[in-house]
Amino acid sequence: MDTLFLARAQFAVTAVFHFIFVPLTLGLSIFTAILETAYVKTGQERYKQLTKFWGRLFLINFAVGVVTGIVMEFQFGMNWSQFSRFVGDVFGVPLAIEALFAFFIESTFLGIWMFGWNILPKALHAASIWIVALGSTMSALWILVANSFMQSPAGYRMAVNGLRAEMIDFSALFFNPHLWKQFPHVLAGGIVTAGFLVIAISSWHLVNGTKERRAFETSLKFGAIYAFIGSMLVVLAGHAQMQELLKTQPMKVAAAEALWNSENPASFSILTIGDEKELRDVFAIRVPRLLSVLAYNSFEGEVKGIRELQREYTARFGPGNYIPSVVTAYWSFRFMVGAGTAMLAISLFALYRVIRENYSFSRPAGRVLLWSCILPWIANSSGWILAETGRQPWVVFGLLKTEAGVSPASVVGQNALFLSLTLFLGLYLLLTVTEIVLIKKYAAAGLEGAE
Amino acid sequence: MDLQTIWFILITILFTGFFLLEGFDFGVGILLPFMSPGDRDRRAVINTIGPFWDGNEVWLISVGSAMFGAFPHWYATLFSGFYPLMLCMIVALMFRGVAFEFRSKQENPAWRSIWDWSIFGGSAVPAILWGVALANIIRGIPIDASMNYTGGFFDLFNPYALLCGLTSCCIFTLHGAVFLTMKTTAALNARAMVLAKRAWSAAMMLSAIFIVCTFLQTDLFQRLGINPGIVPVFSVLALISVRFMLNKNAAGWAFAMSSIAIAFSTFTIFRGLFPRVLVSSLNPKWSLTIYNAASSSYTLGILSIVALIFLPVIFLSQGWSYWIFRQRTSVDSEVEY
Repeated sequence: MDTLFLARAQFAVTAVFHFIFVPLTLGLSIFTAILETAYVKTGQERYKQLTKFWGRLFLINFAVGVVTGIVMEFQFGMNWSQFSRFVGDVFGVPLAIEALFAFFIESTFLGIWMFGWNILPKALHAASIWIVALGSTMSALWILVANSFMQSPAGYRMAVNGLRAEMIDFSALFFNPHLWKQFPHVLAGGIVTAGFLVIAISSWHLVNGTKERRAFETSLKFGAIYAFIGSMLVVLAGHAQMQELLKTQPMKVAAAEALWNSENPASFSILTIGDEKELRDVFAIRVPRLLSVLAYNSFEGEVKGIRELQREYTARFGPGNYIPSVVTAYWSFRFMVGAGTAMLAISLFALYRVIRENYSFSRPAGRVLLWSCILPWIANSSGWILAETGRQPWVVFGLLKTEAGVSPASVVGQNALFLSLTLFLGLYLLLTVTEIVLIKKYAAAGLEGAE
Repeated sequence: MDLQTIWFILITILFTGFFLLEGFDFGVGILLPFMSPGDRDRRAVINTIGPFWDGNEVWLISVGSAMFGAFPHWYATLFSGFYPLMLCMIVALMFRGVAFEFRSKQENPAWRSIWDWSIFGGSAVPAILWGVALANIIRGIPIDASMNYTGGFFDLFNPYALLCGLTSCCIFTLHGAVFLTMKTTAALNARAMVLAKRAWSAAMMLSAIFIVCTFLQTDLFQRLGINPGIVPVFSVLALISVRFMLNKNAAGWAFAMSSIAIAFSTFTIFRGLFPRVLVSSLNPKWSLTIYNAASSSYTLGILSIVALIFLPVIFLSQGWSYWIFRQRTSVDSEVEY
């Protein structure tokens, strides 16, 4: 195993685990803030209890999200020092705003919110959780400014003989079209993650005959609306992002579709078993024209295939293999879209029940609602796996290859990397299991357990 | 003053904020097992830093991202070169961060004990490692012409660096003990006073050895010159005076003095470093400086605007938080953690 492989494996582990917790933090901070606002407006005790109940789960998850974020912050320098030297000039401003603004207000006001229940006036206390939610959202926005640069570089020039990218236009960096498709997508992903957890836990209490029935009906109502809005947004944003990708990273789209050759009109794959070496299908079921419809909202339109793009990239960037792992891209895309479709259907069902005010669920329906909380996590993880592996061999698209970004093996050797990878993997598993145990405990304890 | 110098000063300020604030909550974490065996007592101790520790830790995150943005080579060389050190620090901070939240979530004494020791280790390890890191930064580490670290594990964990690590650990422990004398009541307060005095003796002794070794091992004193100004002198005087403030039961003043000692010694170290950011022990020409490690002036300019807008927001919001939670925590207080 070489250091590049180990460093990539570690990045994959730390990023995927980090993004188990972060979307829940994003979505649940806004959700808790909405509930507390309802409490301040109506003065009803039920909303206060719900705020404390969901706030408790939010805090448990927040702690794990924060500590897994520390790794993300430092591993660019530790494992990807050449990448850091290359992008530092561009990443500087977004990361500084993330830390100096988003992280500071998020953590400071979270402390105020946690400890301030009996000290602050009600409205001010509710305002502090809104500031926490703003901080979480802003940290997502500014880290995605950095990620969007890696996906579709903008507002820069190459300097020092191509050894680094320098920012020359901050507004071009911030108004990168990629960002404004990706950020709504990620934010909506956070909303659905929280929405489905709320649906799952609330419906579990209702199915199991809780004493706090009325409160959990309210909780389910808020959760279903929240999850439905999130599901709609995530589908729309995902659609927009894919159309943007056709312009900036057509290879990622072609790989996600296992589209070996250019097609016009292009077909959408339902199931493909392909041969990555020969770049051809072994077995495929495809829907004619559907990919053109998704790509251009029209029955016509050419979508470029992997072979043609490989020829184009060779001409543009020089000899090399520009094809990412097709099997990874293809299946992560299918998992994401499949989970997204299921979420839309289930949130619609929950919303329908809420509108009819029919909160008595059969056991099977209860089971579906309970386990549906896993869907957003499948979609979030596979979405990021597609975004990051589909961009390979680049770490910064078109500018820096991943192999050129890793810390030199003389500085960070195999043994050190192997040790850190093992440690992080073990620690993250431990943290995830502990979080699940605690969330289960406090979710099952109901409203009184949160007091 | 050029932008590079401004950003060197800003990073010094961020480091100072980190040592000053996270310093006392590291200290509280280190003292946790020695304050009292009782669970109610321990909860009271943890809750003295409850609303603050996370906000304090963001100063560290800010140091990291400001280095990344303003001096990418500093960030890249330091963090990749100090790999084993950073790894230990991150793992420690991870245990510590979840420990505060997890500890009170189960009644089981074994569970609470695991997280108590996580808080202790998670505070002690970074408190030592920051001293180790700073010692290496000022003493010099093997860096080659292409800005890459060429040393091994024992180049980082050398005797001088370990001495500096023990010193920083003791000073943070003192700072935390003094904070506890300010924020606790009754028996806990008396215990904190005893521990503060002990920590003061240890910190004084180690600081004296550290100053002598720094004179022998680094060029810090030559760079500060014959007349180093009042800052280094005041940092030593402030440290000495902590004891007198404690004897007079003036906890607030004692905390002000330990804060000055930490802030002024951080300032002294960075002033001795300037304009270098990492000293190469192989060849002075290969040292990283604020010029060869910096981002472009366009980026530094925008970063400066960002700092100008947000630093006041940070000072105000954290100041407000400290004001809201200014009361002492007693064993009868309602506790969150």
